[in-house]
Amino acid sequence: MSQALHTRPSLFGMLRADGGGTTLLGLLLALSIVVPVLHLLVPADSPLHLSSYVMTLLGKYLTYALLALAVDLVWGYCGILSLGHGAFFALGGYAMGMYLMRQIGTRGVYGDPVLPDFMVFLNWKELPWFWHGMDMFWFAMLMVVVVPGLLAFAFGWFAFRSRVTGVYLSIITQALTYALMLAFFRNDMGFGGNNGFTDFKDLLGFRVSQPGTRVVLFLCSALALALAYVACRYIVSSRAGRVVAAVRDAESRTRFLGYRVESYKLWIFVFSAVLAGIAGALYVPQVGIINPSEFSPLNSIELVIWVAIGGRGTLYGAVAGAFIVNFAKTYFTTAIPSAWLYFLGALFVVTTLVLPRGFVGLLEGLRRKKKAAAPPGGTAAAGDAA
Amino acid sequence: MNLSRIRPLLCALVLSVLLSPTMHAQETAAAAPEAAAASSPDEDTAAAVSAADLPGLLAQLPQADYSTKGDIVAAMAKLTDPEVKPSLVALLEGNLFVRDADGQVVIATEADGLTRIGTNNGLRKKIRGAIAGIDLANPDAAVRLAAVEELLRSIDAETAVLLRQRLPDERDAGVRARMQVAIASADLADESADVRLKAVQSLRGNLSADVFNKLTELTAVAEDGTAAEADERVRREAASVLTSIKRWRALYSSIETMFFGLSLGSVLVLAGIGLAITFGVMGVINMAHGELMMLGAYSVYVVQQLMPSHIGASILVAIPVAFVVSALVGIAIERGIVRFLYGRPLETLLATFGVSLILQQLVRDIFSPNNRPVETPAWMAGSMQINEALSITYTRLYIVLFAAIVFALLLLLLKRTRLGLEVRAVAQNRAMARAMGIRTEWVDALTFGLGSGIAGVAGVALSQLTNVGPNLGQSYIVDSFMVVVFGGVGSLWGTQISGTSLGVVSKLLEPGVGAVLAKIIVLVGLILFIQRRPRGLFPQKGRSAES
Repeated sequence: MSQALHTRPSLFGMLRADGGGTTLLGLLLALSIVVPVLHLLVPADSPLHLSSYVMTLLGKYLTYALLALAVDLVWGYCGILSLGHGAFFALGGYAMGMYLMRQIGTRGVYGDPVLPDFMVFLNWKELPWFWHGMDMFWFAMLMVVVVPGLLAFAFGWFAFRSRVTGVYLSIITQALTYALMLAFFRNDMGFGGNNGFTDFKDLLGFRVSQPGTRVVLFLCSALALALAYVACRYIVSSRAGRVVAAVRDAESRTRFLGYRVESYKLWIFVFSAVLAGIAGALYVPQVGIINPSEFSPLNSIELVIWVAIGGRGTLYGAVAGAFIVNFAKTYFTTAIPSAWLYFLGALFVVTTLVLPRGFVGLLEGLRRKKKAAAPPGGTAAAGDAA
Repeated sequence: MNLSRIRPLLCALVLSVLLSPTMHAQETAAAAPEAAAASSPDEDTAAAVSAADLPGLLAQLPQADYSTKGDIVAAMAKLTDPEVKPSLVALLEGNLFVRDADGQVVIATEADGLTRIGTNNGLRKKIRGAIAGIDLANPDAAVRLAAVEELLRSIDAETAVLLRQRLPDERDAGVRARMQVAIASADLADESADVRLKAVQSLRGNLSADVFNKLTELTAVAEDGTAAEADERVRREAASVLTSIKRWRALYSSIETMFFGLSLGSVLVLAGIGLAITFGVMGVINMAHGELMMLGAYSVYVVQQLMPSHIGASILVAIPVAFVVSALVGIAIERGIVRFLYGRPLETLLATFGVSLILQQLVRDIFSPNNRPVETPAWMAGSMQINEALSITYTRLYIVLFAAIVFALLLLLLKRTRLGLEVRAVAQNRAMARAMGIRTEWVDALTFGLGSGIAGVAGVALSQLTNVGPNLGQSYIVDSFMVVVFGGVGSLWGTQISGTSLGVVSKLLEPGVGAVLAKIIVLVGLILFIQRRPRGLFPQKGRSAES
């Protein structure tokens, strides 16, 4: 691990040192083979058949995991607790949603070839300027990346340069997503008000509801997560990643050592926002709806707890946390709805009090205990990925 | 759009106008027929209005045509008989009948065996004028005022004469003012431009809405260039008076806006100040703060359920109850969770957020997911009318006062008591305070309890303003954080000033851009402000501030 400070890590060397990451990538590969096979090839009456509901659910979890990864990158490695990452996710989702709305064309309720239904309903005569170009896939995808990135850049540029840190930063990120939520709830914003976008038809000419399209979307989500994981791992084990971790542990000291702390923070924040935007863009076509409640501060705090549960500062822990919490959420909200908030609340309390390093930390602790019991030797760099 | 759609509407309109007198005549009330003899028949029915007493006049009514009826009414109005007014009211409402059996005129509510004495629009107007004239002599100022308002609705030269006669005798200032408005309105229709000019001048400084409308009408110029008022001087005077009225109204409406802002600010201060204590003194972010407010609001609900016959006192009882309930919950949170997390503010934030979720669900399960009805006591309802352009609701007024009292008490507590001294010592330097023998653990618990208790008290105030439901806390948490961060952590005065100014600014923005956009603007403004001054308006000074 220590030579990583001096040399650029090779991809394979990097992954070899990252047991959790290798496991994660392996699991993702397995998932992206097994799920489509079970869904498409196994007949529907077989008990092994995976319904499209379950596959979409898994696809949704994958996008959540990508979002959690983005949060872990800034929180776990840079110490920036963003309570507004849901905003970047939602912005990416809205960009994708705008593309999908433009693809509906004359099949909408009002049959207007250009204007989405809600604009016809509001008696608008022409498309607002920011809707132009969104009918082109490449442009919409560019916006998925650019809009959250730009917002993060503008926000971070101001915030980090004025050295807004700690809870202050958390609170203003929360204010940011809250302000955006209020704004998107307004009809005059041109984003469909509180109904948002729904009733999508086509994506690149394929029906969104078709099994084939769904499988491809699922695979894209898995691929995006895998690539993002590798990219994040690469960043945190690079030299810049070391500086970022130093900023987290002793910001002033890093600054006095001559590093431009705010630049490091800014770039990691922007990159994280872009990842969140991509996650949102993959989320929308699978779930089939996007509305302003995605901006609600509650969502953003909830996703922080995914990271905390999994284990912050590990990357794969964030992914695991997203799966664990969301699986629990799906289970609770259908089986015992009233217990969900108790469970989630207790998760927040218990994780912070008892499991400061999350499940990953718990597992590692157990493993280390086992190794300590066994004769010593080769216990070197199992733990702190940071 | 096209005539075919309007035509049926027009027909209906014309028909209803034509039918309206008959419809009036046919209306019957369901009440039992409580007939009261209003007069005895008088055999001598002369052609003109000849009788000089009420029974005589009434007896002439059935046979008279509408114009004669008008004269009869006018004659009746001149009498001093106390029965005159009820008779006129009955005639106006179509409750005056001739009994078919003996031809006697009676007041009744059911038309059984009776023939109604008909009225038409012109007559009804005369009757209303007559009734108002009688009421103008009433000793009760409220009745007189109502009479003037009635006359104002259809003022003309005749009724103005009546008002002019009464004006010198009128003692009540409010009634006098309205009488002058009425007279001026009548004079505005006068043929002489000088009279009209005088009338316009007399309206200067009057703030009532009808004067405003009248003057606006007067200054209006139609599309073809013809002005509503022919005389140049009158027009110019009206425009000048209108500008001055507009200026006054603008002044009062800005005073009203300031007051709205002040009351919103007081709510924000109440919500934020508890947070300022825990955040400022202990460096602890309590995300469950909103839910502690919610508990306070539910305390009001519970207290009102326990003493349903004393709603007036329930609020006063609820204040200490809410304080104790929220303070106890707060102390439990501190002892159970927060004390293990000192020095780790981000973790505290997450843990207390978990608590807030649990509290919300708890309230949902114990009470209901729906909003609970909380009654407003009678002494808080209504509003204080300062003048015709400015009125202040008592709820808002009390909340401003309440916030000021809570703030003053808190200030006293922190600056003048032993506990306050210890709290401030711990805030400044925890280790040193402990070295001086202060039981910091004890102080922490009490501080947290105090902050939470104030949140509960804020909840009592909120219960009078918004819906009491499980989401009450959530909707205020972002706002209260903003107040604290804007004011500067740990500064009570900072919280007071920031809360008030945020309230006023949002209310100032609201008329122009709407409530939601105003909120967005305030939030964005705050985010930008934090960039300029990361530690708020009044940052804590000294070594403890750097961490």
